[in-house]
Amino acid sequence: MTTLEPPVVARPTAGLSRLVDRHASALPTAAAVGILALLLVGAQVYFGNFLTPRNLSALLLDHAYLIILAVGMTLVILTGGIDLSVGSVLAFTGILGARMLASGLSPAVVVPVMILGGAAIGLMIGVLVQYFDVQPFIASLAGLFLARGLAFVVSLQSVKVQSSSILWLQSTRFGVGDWYITPTGIIAVVVLAAGAFTLAYTRFGRTVYAIGGDEQSARLMGLDVARTRVLVYVVSGACSGLGGLVLTAYSGAGYPRNGIGTELDVIAAVVIGGTLLSGGVGYVLGSLVGVLVYGTIKTIISFKGAEQSWTQITIGMLLLVFIVIQQVIVVRSARRR
Amino acid sequence: MEPTPLLELRGASVRLGDELVLDGVDFRLLPGEIHSLMGENGAGKSTLVKAITGALPLAAGVMTVDGRPCVFRNPLQAQRAGVSSVYQEIDLLPNLSVAENICLGREPRRFGMVDWPAMREHARRALDTLGVSLDVMSQLGTHSLAVQQLVAIARAVSTDLRVLVLDEPTSSLDADECAELFRVVRQLKARGAAVLFVSHFLEQVYELCDRVTVLRDGRCVGEYLTRELLRIDLVQAMVGDRRVARRLAPVLRVAGPQEPPYLSARGLVATGVHGADVDLLPGEVLGVAGLLGSGRSELARAMTGIDPVRGGVLRVRGDEASFPGPRPAIRLGVVYSSENRRTEGIISELSVAENITLALQAERGVLRRLPEARKRELAASWVEALDIRPADLDRPAGTLSGGNQQKVLLARLLALAPRVLVLDEPTRGIDVGSKVEVQNLVRELADNGVAVMFISVELDEVLRVGNRVAILQSGRVLETLAAEDLTVDSLTALVTGADGIDG
Amino acid sequence: MARTVHHRLFWPVLSLLALVVLNAAVRPSFIRVAVRDGHLYGALVDILRQSAPLMMVALGMTLVIATRGIDLSVGAVMAVSGAVALTLIDRSADPGDVGTVIVAIAAGVGIGVVLGMWNGFLVTVLRVQPIVATLVLMLAGRGVALLVTGGFITTVVSPPLKFVASGYLLGLPFALFLSASAIAVVALVERRTALGLLTEAVGINPEASRLAGVRSRGIVFTAYVASGALAGLAGILYSSNIMAADANAAGEFIELYAILAVVLGRTSLLGGKFSIAGTVVGVLVIQTLQSTVLFLGVSSAQSPVFFAVVVAVVVLVQSPQLHSRVRRLSGRRRRAVPAPEKPARDVEVSA
Repeated sequence: MTTLEPPVVARPTAGLSRLVDRHASALPTAAAVGILALLLVGAQVYFGNFLTPRNLSALLLDHAYLIILAVGMTLVILTGGIDLSVGSVLAFTGILGARMLASGLSPAVVVPVMILGGAAIGLMIGVLVQYFDVQPFIASLAGLFLARGLAFVVSLQSVKVQSSSILWLQSTRFGVGDWYITPTGIIAVVVLAAGAFTLAYTRFGRTVYAIGGDEQSARLMGLDVARTRVLVYVVSGACSGLGGLVLTAYSGAGYPRNGIGTELDVIAAVVIGGTLLSGGVGYVLGSLVGVLVYGTIKTIISFKGAEQSWTQITIGMLLLVFIVIQQVIVVRSARRR
Repeated sequence: MEPTPLLELRGASVRLGDELVLDGVDFRLLPGEIHSLMGENGAGKSTLVKAITGALPLAAGVMTVDGRPCVFRNPLQAQRAGVSSVYQEIDLLPNLSVAENICLGREPRRFGMVDWPAMREHARRALDTLGVSLDVMSQLGTHSLAVQQLVAIARAVSTDLRVLVLDEPTSSLDADECAELFRVVRQLKARGAAVLFVSHFLEQVYELCDRVTVLRDGRCVGEYLTRELLRIDLVQAMVGDRRVARRLAPVLRVAGPQEPPYLSARGLVATGVHGADVDLLPGEVLGVAGLLGSGRSELARAMTGIDPVRGGVLRVRGDEASFPGPRPAIRLGVVYSSENRRTEGIISELSVAENITLALQAERGVLRRLPEARKRELAASWVEALDIRPADLDRPAGTLSGGNQQKVLLARLLALAPRVLVLDEPTRGIDVGSKVEVQNLVRELADNGVAVMFISVELDEVLRVGNRVAILQSGRVLETLAAEDLTVDSLTALVTGADGIDG
Repeated sequence: MARTVHHRLFWPVLSLLALVVLNAAVRPSFIRVAVRDGHLYGALVDILRQSAPLMMVALGMTLVIATRGIDLSVGAVMAVSGAVALTLIDRSADPGDVGTVIVAIAAGVGIGVVLGMWNGFLVTVLRVQPIVATLVLMLAGRGVALLVTGGFITTVVSPPLKFVASGYLLGLPFALFLSASAIAVVALVERRTALGLLTEAVGINPEASRLAGVRSRGIVFTAYVASGALAGLAGILYSSNIMAADANAAGEFIELYAILAVVLGRTSLLGGKFSIAGTVVGVLVIQTLQSTVLFLGVSSAQSPVFFAVVVAVVVLVQSPQLHSRVRRLSGRRRRAVPAPEKPARDVEVSA
């Protein structure tokens, strides 16, 4: 084809530069994968018996509820928001479910109620953020207080779960050799897959990224910013409700003090997984990696028999390292312009 | 016979609060024309643009598109009717791919899911029609502003585009990028679209536009064919009679005694500056002329401690000096006013008085607070001296007009009693009246012994204000010439022509 | 009238008064102040005394928020400070010695300063977003506190330490003097020096402030150090109150209450203009509400529900969206019934 004027702004579209242009935002996630691999290999070399199928299976299952929370949180953070309520909602729906089961209600009623309960709190946060222009930090803080208080309103003590179908979620193991997975693990994987797919292939998912990039522009492009923003908080709330179910099944009881500080662990996992807190950049699968990094550190520390307080310190430090890496990347990409 | 207008406003009025900012304006855009909207700041240009694109509602009057009455309640509705706009600050998503930026909102879908291959294809075709070739899967943020602007145009073109509004599109583009933009705009014209081109640059208006509508004080002064309109008449139409007289008043240029430079740079190296030599003499204005990318702002910032210096020597009164930040420079009387008034100048929520005294307070340090009475007295004297309006010391500075904000910033620097004043585009985006005031003020300061460095893209302004003019290119000072030996044309040739030789 | 309604602190003060009146109506003993053994007793005195730790933390938080930042680590800093101070007292030869306690308190506040410097370093030198930078310490801080106490709750018997939170001076609780002097020092430093103005300038537009020669980094750094120091002092108060260092419970949720207090006091979370008086009122509102909730017989564990309601109401009242909606509604009403003269719009809008 011959045109009168040659394309002027053509740039070298091959090789490394093209890779970077296309996937600049995946770099932090790639770094997270690297760290995870390093941790796993390092632990294997140090302990000799770390990378066993049992261990790795447990890694997924012990943190199934965190993975579910992280999926919801990733969506929220991608829009540039934050959801502090996840830990409390987890506790609230957990104790609510346990109490309802104890009073003889069928799991077929209880499970939807738990998820909808979480979604309702998410809806409240979303409406405050979107329609009343309340900062996400504050709106979800209200959600945190509300859910934590409600958890104690439901019960001040822990409530044991006897329902066999709920306990089945955790006690059943489908396995190949020493590898196994429980229904709770399957739930986590399904939520993860659904989250990844939604973000990549639906207009809702792309709108989530668009809001994080520039809300005004997203609106000008005809994307439904209001609905999407409310929806991400609803999804996060529903994920917390589901997380409450999984944690209740895992621990066999509902406890109103569950999940204190969990929102921080989840945020840390999401950030370590390469999602920028300023929004617009990140992946659900990265958050999985973030949760696994968190879990691996916890496991390593219990392997060493060291104080669990080291987990908090290590996670804090790792979070710092990742933030500094992100900082460097952001600064460098700004300089490229 | 003239064709029916693509878009027409009749008796359009827009109200902002109690103020009538657009008052019964008639305006039309013909198919296949490039139309310019001219006027001072506050004349109602951006209001008119906003009314056309649905960002502001009409209080009175009708708008028709293709002869049919139309009401756009928001920019999205306007876009859907084929009226798109591309602003200087680009309304796109830097974190997403070029393809998404072109297609999102009407992206091809299959079974309710985003059809990525079809989207890539669609985006590629949209860019092809503009003769632009890009990797559509690359992240938009990795491209230059100029390319992003073209992507924004591609987005507009990929719909059924009737009217494209370009609001100050060239203010951050260099010459090559402007040429590329003009090529694309002419292509759109050839396809029968109407383009509304809003720009402060007269040159560009004359180069590109077929027709000009001039606004003044919210009213339409007239519509002219560009080729039939003399520049002097255009300016006359824009500013009215009163201010033209002032504008044309000759600037007094006192040939001061030759003093040694207060601040000089030798072989200065910084980001974008590659070995520049500059001398700033007391009592003299050094105009700096250079294209975007010539390193004019970078030079100014390096000389005033805003950005780090990587090589070369700075001397103050002959003694070697280094400015590891703005503070050491300020201490030696070297101050800088940024070209970005909003982001690097005004503290919008602080009062006028606080803004004016901010630098002085910072210089005194945290512990030595300016007493309230002294602060107000000082601020009041500057408000009076520079004729800042409204003369309300307690008004948040962000609520002033651009020209008055600029004066507040000047007052902030002048309160430091500087020896060297480096002004980066002090007249950008302010109305002609304020422009002249700022220019006169700069001359006055020089006459009082301050050394001024005056950067502007408007070469006639550089010539009018400067005693000498430094011609900047590729981060070096090519030549420094006396202003009276230059004309706008010869300076233009020097600034642009030299660039051509280099590549 | 309109001017009173539009004063920044109109709503915070009104809510505080409403709470007090409400309490007094339900239980007259609430506003009664008795003198026993030369000491003042009463619910109001208790509120003032108990509010001291939150007051300290909220003051620091106000400064940090004014710089466009946030300090999530205050609770963790309290835990570390308490742990350090009480471990020192516990290990000393004579825990009841005044000198020992003073050294321990200085160490606690000192560690608060160090942790504040750490936050300030991350924010100003490494340029990490404040919310993330302080999240690091929020996560790691409690771990550090647990390490200091060896994983236990350290309890001590030390009358001088007990005096800090529970003692009386001139008939008034000593803690009240501490929080009053903290308020006075912060207010004086901010308003009598230029620190307040420069902090606001940096909070509103950091780059413009730097270009104007403001030491933005120094000012932001100072805010975090002040927040750390005040949180350190709050940690001592907390430990003195329960005479124990509890790494998990010390300052739990206090960052959230402190942020709430700042917002109640009408300082914007976006930085810039701030109000010390507003924060003081905000803290008192929170503490009064806490006391009300307890009086109502609600378990303190359940009280967060009330705070959720408060947060929601406060943000709704402050929300410009709600204001414009109300304005539109009242506007519509006015159009339906044409008023003979210009209506007092301002009052109506805020009502």
